[in-house]
Amino acid sequence: MDDKNLINIGVYVCHCGHNIASAVNVEEVAQQARKYGNVLIARDYMYMCSSKGQNIIKQDIMQLGINRVVVAACSPRLYEQTFQNVLREAGLNPYLLQMANIREQCAWLHEPGPATTDKANRLVHAAINRVAEHSPVEEQKVPVFPATLIIGGGIAGIQAALEIASSQHVVYLVEKEPSIGGHMAQFDKTFPTLDCAACILTPKMNEVAHNPYIRLMTYSEVVNVSGYVGNFTVKVKRKARYIDEEKCVGCGICQDKCPWSTASEFDVGLGLRKAVYTPYPQAIPNIPVIDRERCVYFLKGKCRACEKFCEAQAINFEQTDLYIDLQVGTIIVATGYDVFDPTPITQYGYGRLPNVFTSLEFERLCSPSGPTSGQLKLANGRTPSSLAIVHCVGSRDENYNAYCSRVCCMYALKYAHLFKEKTGGEVYQLYIDMRCAGKAYEEFYERVQKEHVHFIRGKLATIAANNSDDGEDNLLITCEDTLLNNVITIPVDMVVLCVALTPRQDAEQLSQLLHLGRSRDGFFLERHPKLDPVATMSEGIFVVGCCQSPKDIPDTVAQASAASARAMAIISRGKMEIGAVTASVNEAICSGCKVCNMLCPFGAIFFDEDSHVSRVNQILCKGCNVCGAACPSGAISTRNFSTSQILAEIEGVLA
Amino acid sequence: MSFEPKIVAFLCNWCSYAGADLAGVSRMKCSPNVTSIRLMCSGGLEPVFVLKAFSEGADGVLVCGCNLGDCHYIDGNYKTLARMTLLKKLVKQLGIEDERLRLQWVCASCADDFVDAVNKITEDVRKLGPYQKRQIIEEVETASVQQ
Repeated sequence: MDDKNLINIGVYVCHCGHNIASAVNVEEVAQQARKYGNVLIARDYMYMCSSKGQNIIKQDIMQLGINRVVVAACSPRLYEQTFQNVLREAGLNPYLLQMANIREQCAWLHEPGPATTDKANRLVHAAINRVAEHSPVEEQKVPVFPATLIIGGGIAGIQAALEIASSQHVVYLVEKEPSIGGHMAQFDKTFPTLDCAACILTPKMNEVAHNPYIRLMTYSEVVNVSGYVGNFTVKVKRKARYIDEEKCVGCGICQDKCPWSTASEFDVGLGLRKAVYTPYPQAIPNIPVIDRERCVYFLKGKCRACEKFCEAQAINFEQTDLYIDLQVGTIIVATGYDVFDPTPITQYGYGRLPNVFTSLEFERLCSPSGPTSGQLKLANGRTPSSLAIVHCVGSRDENYNAYCSRVCCMYALKYAHLFKEKTGGEVYQLYIDMRCAGKAYEEFYERVQKEHVHFIRGKLATIAANNSDDGEDNLLITCEDTLLNNVITIPVDMVVLCVALTPRQDAEQLSQLLHLGRSRDGFFLERHPKLDPVATMSEGIFVVGCCQSPKDIPDTVAQASAASARAMAIISRGKMEIGAVTASVNEAICSGCKVCNMLCPFGAIFFDEDSHVSRVNQILCKGCNVCGAACPSGAISTRNFSTSQILAEIEGVLA
Repeated sequence: MSFEPKIVAFLCNWCSYAGADLAGVSRMKCSPNVTSIRLMCSGGLEPVFVLKAFSEGADGVLVCGCNLGDCHYIDGNYKTLARMTLLKKLVKQLGIEDERLRLQWVCASCADDFVDAVNKITEDVRKLGPYQKRQIIEEVETASVQQ
């Protein structure tokens, strides 16, 4: 016991009531374990995870000088941490433990009998061999920078920013567009309560503008991220607004006087904006930008009308892009979504036929602040008397996106209600399945059904122009009614295509910048789909809202609050423990070939030019051992999953 | 007594090990000939592990990782895929039938894929018969460990 190099292994075989003992001869496994070298004691016990079971291990460590522990019980994914804590409490390094999974992958997986006991023996033998190769691993701690970066100023980013700012910690909110608000600002009303989106959103936007802990950076983009949890360095590009934010009072005279107009992005091309503009009247900040691509002064060198009229003298054509470095401890990604462009589905005629709109366009048409002041009008100026709402355009479609966009059924119901309210006309819902899961959603579905809306279960086949002699042209939609089992055609005045929510076009770029994974549908990958839906595999980086998957406003807000709580947990701790299973390079063996440098998915390996060896950043490393497996010199080893440990385990399994 | 093959499975921690656990939790049954070793990522499978297994008397080796696109380490399993292609060629050159070494993606909820893969490799290797260790693999194995 006095010899520190002496390995004394304690083996603890669990009956797990009858769970293990009914299929495996537990006593025999313990007896067999005593025969192996270095094993000082092997016991079997009814429930190793019970406090009594844990105490047996603790006592053996403290009284018998056990310095390596093998627990043969359930899966390490379940109780490894529990038993690591037992070691810790007994004063032993928690990494001197190895579990043999004789329940999930043995007793439960095979018929009771000698073959199953034999497998348990092999698993225990492997664990004994392996644990002899274990050495203490120290957990690392790094200090945390108490500020947070939020990328994206839609409702998700706004909610997260306000939550964190309420804890009196600094938030940098970076938004690409000239104003925060995101897609929600474009909506007319929100389901199922039908409260106006602007009425519930703009107070929150104002709060963001006036909160002393929020540093708002609109018309800005994150261009570089380096570092790790607690210590990210972020480079933000602040695009030139050509307007001095300090001087501008937001009077709007520049927009009135600007003689040049172009399609408004905020109105999805249905309305016009000036070359100097705020996206919409309630924009935050209420400071315009000059669109370099459209401004005649930039294009032809003449005009400067805005400059002449600006009393505050805020116009500055000499402004240049600024690059700012930020230090933050955590990052929340709230970049939202794009909407699917239905042009490739040529049979729907979007872009070719008049009065065929996407859902986002229809939102703008319904909105009192939209291009038609909320009046629904056809291309010929007439009020439409019938509307077809087509569900699942680009969603639940193997040709485009296999997933369900989740919000379309509900906003389609909202559109039916709004159309009835505004025109009193007929509404046809062309749906595949109605998915109205959510608080008060089913009730809203029932309400709209009672408003005499036609529900047709089937997918739209085509939309065609229906020309008539009296000049009252309309559209002819053809679809299959799968409930009546026939094909029907309906003349309608207007069609709304409920287009899919898709990953943003720049998602790939951002995923590389932040080392985020993406799921098969292209949305950012969460750490665990059920139990950790806001964290990512990049420690300290969280994903919220539709950049993670399509979701509605309540879910987005809930997720944003959840991510803020997670970010604040890191900040309030002040220091951060970093996973102990990491790779390291034996510099004496490293040949400097750099093979590992390119393979690391987290950019954790860097090359030290002076000593001509590769080194692993212990905080970025996640311990996958991809580098170790590739190293031609065998110079890289991952703690607790080292080559010698695995080789010892193989020997045990096959002994 | 009939020949009972000894097979080693290398499972990644996040998907395949969880999938194998789920098979047990769901009380699915499969042959007890395959014994698992947990790795953090299938991409961390060192070639020497496979050679060591054959050298220690394994009749087959099964490697399992997350489905392509689902890797917890972003793209570790693509590296597994590339490495396994080479490894299969290598074992063939060493005189080992390449059916003895196989790759199967097993996601965390794909318990049935795991059970099927285990039963399949057991039956196939049973048909192939015991793996007869060749002289050459010992030399290679010794050399790679010495490195």
